[in-house]
Amino acid sequence: MSFLRGARRFLLVSAVAYILVKALFLSGAVTEYIQQIVLFSLIVILASLGLNVIYGYTGQFSLGHAAFYGIGAYASAYLTHLFAVESPLPFIPVLACAGLFSALTGYLIGMPILRLRDDFLAIATLGFGILVKVLLDNSDRLIEVLGGSRGFVGIPRITNLELVFAVMVFLVLVTRNLIFSKYGLFWQCIKDDELASIAFGIDTARMKSMAFTHGCFLAGVAGGLYAHLYTFLHPSNFDFLKSVDFLIIVIVGGMGSITGTIIAGLLWVGFIEGLRIALPSGMLELRWVFIPLFLIILMMVRPRGLIAQKESRLLGIDRAP
Amino acid sequence: MKALEVTGLVKSFGGVQAVDHLSFSVEEHETVGMIGPNGAGKTTVFNLITGFYRPDAGRVELFGKNITRIEPFRPASLGVARTFQNLRLFRSLSVAKNVMVPVLARSGYGPIAAVFEAAEYRRAERAAEEKAMDLLAYFRLSHKADQPASSLPYGEQRRLELARALASEPRLLLVDEPGAGMNPREIGELLGDIRRIKEGFGLTILIIEHQMGLIMNLSDRLVVLDFGQKIAEGTPAAIRKDPRVIEAYLGDEFTC
Amino acid sequence: MELLGYILQQLVNGLQLGAVYALIALGYTMVYGVLRLINFAHGDIFMFGSFVAYYLIAKWQMPLPLVFMITMAATALLGLAVEKVAYKPLRAAPRISLLITAVGVSLFLEYFLSLNAIFTPNYIAFPRPFEVVDYDLSLVAITNIQLIIFSVTTASLLLLYLLVYKTKHGRAMRAVSHDHETAALMGINVDATISFTFMIGTALAGIGGILYAFAYPQINVFMGIMPGIKSFIAAVLGGIGLVHGAVLGGIVIGVSEVCVSAFLSSTLRDAVIFVILLLVLLLRPSGFFGKRREKV
Repeated sequence: MSFLRGARRFLLVSAVAYILVKALFLSGAVTEYIQQIVLFSLIVILASLGLNVIYGYTGQFSLGHAAFYGIGAYASAYLTHLFAVESPLPFIPVLACAGLFSALTGYLIGMPILRLRDDFLAIATLGFGILVKVLLDNSDRLIEVLGGSRGFVGIPRITNLELVFAVMVFLVLVTRNLIFSKYGLFWQCIKDDELASIAFGIDTARMKSMAFTHGCFLAGVAGGLYAHLYTFLHPSNFDFLKSVDFLIIVIVGGMGSITGTIIAGLLWVGFIEGLRIALPSGMLELRWVFIPLFLIILMMVRPRGLIAQKESRLLGIDRAP
Repeated sequence: MKALEVTGLVKSFGGVQAVDHLSFSVEEHETVGMIGPNGAGKTTVFNLITGFYRPDAGRVELFGKNITRIEPFRPASLGVARTFQNLRLFRSLSVAKNVMVPVLARSGYGPIAAVFEAAEYRRAERAAEEKAMDLLAYFRLSHKADQPASSLPYGEQRRLELARALASEPRLLLVDEPGAGMNPREIGELLGDIRRIKEGFGLTILIIEHQMGLIMNLSDRLVVLDFGQKIAEGTPAAIRKDPRVIEAYLGDEFTC
Repeated sequence: MELLGYILQQLVNGLQLGAVYALIALGYTMVYGVLRLINFAHGDIFMFGSFVAYYLIAKWQMPLPLVFMITMAATALLGLAVEKVAYKPLRAAPRISLLITAVGVSLFLEYFLSLNAIFTPNYIAFPRPFEVVDYDLSLVAITNIQLIIFSVTTASLLLLYLLVYKTKHGRAMRAVSHDHETAALMGINVDATISFTFMIGTALAGIGGILYAFAYPQINVFMGIMPGIKSFIAAVLGGIGLVHGAVLGGIVIGVSEVCVSAFLSSTLRDAVIFVILLLVLLLRPSGFFGKRREKV
């Protein structure tokens, strides 16, 4: 099938990775906790990939990405609650719906705000993120089971390695193909020079909306996977700091590079979790002192990112600009 | 049918009258030069024609079609292309990709075709690439096809800007100060390039330029602007002697 | 009659909050004017002001005028430091890099000050150095806190007005906010003017921090986030970059917040402010006093 033709290398790498990880899990060499972290890192990568499409490729600076991640999480958990879904197969349409719900929200909020310039877009998305958090905190007033500030409990544990891999491989391929097509090209044009893009026939408003909506879709699906991994949701998981996490991964990984996002995502989650294990609990709070410093220094020294300045052929995903 | 007909165009910005009841036309296959002192409103006219600004009053007609209040991304598909005074290349894209953009902007495939790499998608992409390479060859830039556009020397960037404009298969080409910042040799090359594309592509050209030698040589007719108004119109020979034009340029270099 | 009294009371309370927002909004708008940058860390400098005042009052029992002066100096210096260390080196960088840096500075200030070794992540009760007195004016009641806030804010605004419109420094600020290159050609030291603008803006935020703590005497390292965002929204509402816009915007947002809280629901309070932001950005992004700008 033509869909798979160009991405053979990526599929190969994914298959090998899956086999290795599965073997590792089955061998009993890693604890349940670490297994969860591995799945979590893949989920974070998926959400960050969404932000990469929005910001890394198209240049739309969004500080509210966690909101769409959260919307997907809550929507999916509510659906599984409503329809008593317990197993992966019927869960897939739930994930799709969660993603679509996030995407729709992104599309609607995007209509007024995507025309704004970077700094104003930043504030608008920041504001939207806070708005969503307030809504989530008060969600139990609308729908009891959502839990509000008490949290959403009792979510079935459906997310497993196979599901995460399958979803990720599919969505990464879809995203990759979009990026390789005229759409990805137009997104980069918009990032470089929106006026010139318009002059040459690109409907930039529509393209920006498309990038934003797609990015929100990915975040929503990631949220759905997250909810059914940790089986508990609290609005504080989806605050501004979470948006900053995604932003860091996109920036560190190199904006506009899927491979970079994947590597950066793994490194970042590994780093944070490693800190949690390695540091005594008193020192852990220091991380949010050093992370922003790291961000500031990164901006001064390597604003284009640390890992992938150019597209990397490493995983068979990206290609030269 | 005229290629371009501008009637009674008016535009002001917060009290400054940039374009003041301007009317002129361009016949098909003509090359018309727009000259005038700095701030006369020439680039504003380009922006009004291409839909970047909305005129306060007046009409713009392109090959008989009223495009006065059109959305700014539409003129490209109606056959208008432009270059920019300050070069607006897509700097992070390769040279070839820059030229592919206008071609792909006209291609019809949708996201589903893109995601599933359908035949229609592959055909469009291949066609765009071929067309881009043809244009790059025409502009002597083939050897730099895969380099980032930002890495080109200035003169080549200007050629790339022209190549990109031609990629949208325009009938009307708006060229904004193509000779800016060029040395005499480069200007000579530019002259040759524009003449060639004029013949080779059967274009109608509207060109803004301050280098009098360049524009006098290229234009069939000149339109002279000052303070947003047309103060003279005619052949280069006539304009050269027009007292109003000389007065507007008083103190400026006006030899050729 | 009672309803009228209730409404007037909310207006007075709203004005109290609005005055503080106006002071903070001024800092945002002035910095935006000279640098086209949203100083994300501005709300945190406001918070810093509250904490400095806390220490001056609680630990050293300083008289109020001294508290104001030292706090203003402290926040001005912090603003200067942030500008020189974080923003100036990136002056030529793409704007998004500057934005990201601003976010970084904001987070750093919050979490650094939250460390137990520095301040504390907990809420601290702010000791007012005076008794609260209510003045009953039949229809409304007004507190001495509100009187202090109104008078200090008005005095600050007057001084600011004199500075911006009647002094050489103010003229330099206005020139730089118009265009850097032209200002430089006129012989203005652009860098020094930018730093000066930062310091004035953050000094005002410092005053705001003290007044806010008087009115809502519980301080916390994260207290600057919401007032910061709301004040920025206020600046946008009034017209970003315009001093009178910040004042009007601050008052409107303050009054709106109190009224929504009183007449609708306090949970909706923050949500409504963001809806206001969206409406402003949609309908009139240049703000109330702003000039409509063409796209290109």
